[in-house]
Amino acid sequence: MKASVYWGGIVLAAGVALGGCFGRGNTPVGRIVRVAAAADLQFAFDELARAFQTAHLGIGVRVSYGSSGTFYAQLANEAPFDLYLSADIDYPRRLIKQGKAVAESEFLYAVGQIVVWVPERSALDVPWRGINALLDPQVKKIAIANPQHAPYGRAAQAAMRHFGIYAQLQDRLVFGENIAQTAQFVESGAADVGVIALSLALAPAFRQRGCYAVVPLEAYPRIEQGGVILNWVQDRSAAELLRAFIIGTQGRAILAQYGFLLPQEAEALAR
Amino acid sequence: MDSAALWVTVKLALGTTLVLLLLGVPLAWWLAQARFRGKFLVEAVIALPLVLPPTVLGFYVLYALGPNSTLGRGYETLTGSRLPFTFVGIWIASVLFNLPFAVRPFVAALEAVDRQLIEAAWCLGVSRWQTFFRVVLPLSWPGILAGAVLTFAHTVGEFGVVLMVGGNIPGVTRTLSIVVYDEVQALNYAAAAQTAWGLVSFSFTALALTYALQRKSWLV
Repeated sequence: MKASVYWGGIVLAAGVALGGCFGRGNTPVGRIVRVAAAADLQFAFDELARAFQTAHLGIGVRVSYGSSGTFYAQLANEAPFDLYLSADIDYPRRLIKQGKAVAESEFLYAVGQIVVWVPERSALDVPWRGINALLDPQVKKIAIANPQHAPYGRAAQAAMRHFGIYAQLQDRLVFGENIAQTAQFVESGAADVGVIALSLALAPAFRQRGCYAVVPLEAYPRIEQGGVILNWVQDRSAAELLRAFIIGTQGRAILAQYGFLLPQEAEALAR
Repeated sequence: MDSAALWVTVKLALGTTLVLLLLGVPLAWWLAQARFRGKFLVEAVIALPLVLPPTVLGFYVLYALGPNSTLGRGYETLTGSRLPFTFVGIWIASVLFNLPFAVRPFVAALEAVDRQLIEAAWCLGVSRWQTFFRVVLPLSWPGILAGAVLTFAHTVGEFGVVLMVGGNIPGVTRTLSIVVYDEVQALNYAAAAQTAWGLVSFSFTALALTYALQRKSWLV
């Protein structure tokens, strides 16, 4: 009897606790765009969002950075974001196929580049030797992002294959969970050299601490970064304004400053 | 330190500990008392959250609570809101994930109570319910408190499940652990170190307190 009173009390308390949360979802005050952005955009997008908010007073931008794949899994479950900026155009396209976004909202905003990066203290002459510096016998460990799920890792692997040095280097590779962790492997000295995103090598925290050589674009499949506006967008006109800003003159200038190529530039360079 | 994240963290850790005290103590009491063949299976199920990597566990919880599942749809019809990416969502995930961290110390504490004392109380005509509150709990509270502190500390440090089910939304589901991770990813090592230092000193206090409470006497 008393046990049933106890369990009844718990069910009631749970009901009250859950009830207290009804209707108090995350409805933002004022106009806001909720952005899920790939981790490699971290530095560029902070600046871009500031510029956008200055240009469009009254519209706020709330951004979460993370891995494109994690965001994809969350958006497939209708996570409350309005705009998705993926490091890989493939994820937004899959969301479109699943009916989570419309094809018209898809856009290409940048092409990523990879670089061979060493910390300042390294004796390796990366700027001069480029990717061949990886073959140096004093290089014990080479950090790249995990090619299984990180687009920059796939690009690094493809570039090594392109230059016919992958077989020689295979045993020396270590894999970071994402491009930032890969850079940390190298910066900490645990790996001697790494293949990371140019956007990271140009980031304020890394710019002073090492040097890099850009890997030629034709050595790896294009890292096409694309995005979509999700179907459950709260303020469609605000989200469209932000999208227009990113692919507009001002947004592109900021992205270029952080080492992202614009899709047309990549075409021109490849030719 | 990020005060919104601090508040989310404290709310989540207190909420998880409270639910696990209310649900976990009776469950542990039943496990400590019951003698049946399938008991090892129940124990194994309770320990299961220890096996999977947190992000993977979070991934399954995300799908189980999401709009594509019966459970998620049922909740949405009942309440009109969704579980993933809300505070209630990470609360449920956190309770599931912490089940072994609470129930196992509870079972150990309750099993250590001398069976003869319990039976003596029953023979003296004290009801089972009263025996539990007047004999068992007073004798086992340090162990139960230890389980509660461990659950609280573990929730504060939880990362993978909360990130996956919560979606890293400031003020709603972004906890201090996620803030530290974000800062490290963003190469803001100074800010990360500041938050990490806060977390470490908090955890040290919590754990020292747990072990102090478990000490039988302070004479030595």
